[in-house]
Amino acid sequence: MKFLSDKAVERLREGAEIPDLTGTRYRLLERVARGGMGVVYAAEDERLQRRVALKVLDVPGAHGDLANRLIREALVLARLEHPGIVPVHDVGTLSDGRVFYTMKFVQGQRLDQYIETVSSVTERLRLFLRICDAVAFAHAHGVLHRDLKPANIMVGSFGEVLVLDWGLAKLLREGIGQKQLIVDPEATIFEKPKNRSEATSAGNSVVTGHGTVMGTPGYMSPEQARGDVEHLDARSDIFSLGALLRFLLAKNSHSTANAVGKQHLDKALEAICSKAEAPDPEDRYPSVSELALDISRYLDGLAVAAHRESVFEKLARFYRRYRFFILLIAAYLVMRVLILFFLHR
Amino acid sequence: MREDTFQPGGDRFPPTRRSVIEAVGSIDAEERERALETLCAAYWRPIYKYTRLRWNRPAEEAQDLTQGFFVEVLERELLKKFDPRKARLRTYLRVCVDSFVSNEDKAGRRQKRGGNVAHVALDFAAAEEELGGAVMDPAAIPSPESLEEFFEKEWLRSLFSLAAEELREYCNARQRERTFRLFEAYDLEGDDKISYEQLAKQYAIPVSDVTNALAWARREFRKIALERLRELCGSDEEFQREVRATFGGNTR
Repeated sequence: MKFLSDKAVERLREGAEIPDLTGTRYRLLERVARGGMGVVYAAEDERLQRRVALKVLDVPGAHGDLANRLIREALVLARLEHPGIVPVHDVGTLSDGRVFYTMKFVQGQRLDQYIETVSSVTERLRLFLRICDAVAFAHAHGVLHRDLKPANIMVGSFGEVLVLDWGLAKLLREGIGQKQLIVDPEATIFEKPKNRSEATSAGNSVVTGHGTVMGTPGYMSPEQARGDVEHLDARSDIFSLGALLRFLLAKNSHSTANAVGKQHLDKALEAICSKAEAPDPEDRYPSVSELALDISRYLDGLAVAAHRESVFEKLARFYRRYRFFILLIAAYLVMRVLILFFLHR
Repeated sequence: MREDTFQPGGDRFPPTRRSVIEAVGSIDAEERERALETLCAAYWRPIYKYTRLRWNRPAEEAQDLTQGFFVEVLERELLKKFDPRKARLRTYLRVCVDSFVSNEDKAGRRQKRGGNVAHVALDFAAAEEELGGAVMDPAAIPSPESLEEFFEKEWLRSLFSLAAEELREYCNARQRERTFRLFEAYDLEGDDKISYEQLAKQYAIPVSDVTNALAWARREFRKIALERLRELCGSDEEFQREVRATFGGNTR
């Protein structure tokens, strides 16, 4: 048996990782990223002559948790036709037995990188509203994302916001006699982390010992972290949106959601974040639309539902909202006073 | 496109070989022996090299310990105690090796073994050469973490070497010797200097033939390596983790 050098082992590993696209209409271009389940490549659809993103599992076989999850992700994406959600083109099994799907190739920056170029709070909030729009759309179609975090949001070259990585997404069903959309536990693969060390890295999705991605510490709701699958609903994503909002409002975008929590925020925005991130789902916004509405109110200079203002805060907000007119009236009054003063001297 | 063949939940890659974990406990003596041979073939090199480095044993003693360990696996039915939910097989075996060597030291016994070990040619001289004839200096012994990495790396090298050997036999049986030689020259030698064009020139074939041959060989190599890997795993979950670790570069 011939001795294989380290370089040869690495080359064999790399060579064997490349998906076999024989018999498909795709041509591999380059590796783009590695995720929890597999690898994303840039590929060319030779029939339609366009670039696509091809997501493929490491493990062969269309049977098993990972394959089912990838297929479910493709099916979820297929039912969510929204400008903020990447459209899926195709799903299938390669000749090497690995399940794959192709989707639109998105060129842009991840939110955590893009945000460094946006200094205005207003702009950041408008960006957040676009994220809320996509998530609210998914909820309206009975889909929970369950892994909302900066790394899973992409901002395209024209400023379009795309919510990515629906690998943990769950289909919801309308509970009989219940207003909330609840998760179908039958359709859920969910495992608790064995220990805290498995849930340390704030930026990364947690992978359990069995390889099941279940969320990201810092962005995952307490009930999701507990593995309380039966009680997961849209408010779990609202918690993640709250953490995402906190991240967006951070002065230093390198901070994690938790670290940002200690930074000073405007009281109304702090209240919105806290309401969205309330430990008890009952205390959170009932829907993403309600959260988005509060952000819109803030942007319009109106009182937000999450925060009860003092008289001084009301006056300050009133001043901020109508500053131009107030200053105009004040200038007019000063002028009148000065004129009267000089006339009567 | 193979859309017509895609069936969610279907499986086009059924396990072709039984897991050694199950087979070692079989009532069929022949199957048990085959399983131990498979285990031994995949693990003897990493275990030998690990014993040399971790336990700082001279070559001859490490050879005895390596052979003795596989006898121990069989006699004490160590694989029956392995739980794939708790650890990977190679981690479990490494811990067993540590425990075995430590117990051997305490008991102060050292005996020539090998009579009952599976019929796998243990080329210790080659393994020693691969170690580079390293002089064991206690001060130069790596940390436990890097020893673990060392064991993992040697295990992967062993797995790939076995898969490459099987690919050679597979190619020979199908009169595809040239394909294997191309694969050997480009992938197994790990020589960055050689190019597809040079190989095409050397074998007087078009570059597209080199490309196709290498693509085929890599595909078959992956298939064989996966089969070997499946054989060495105790459960589907462990297999999935191992595939990601082996081919995804995620060794932890």
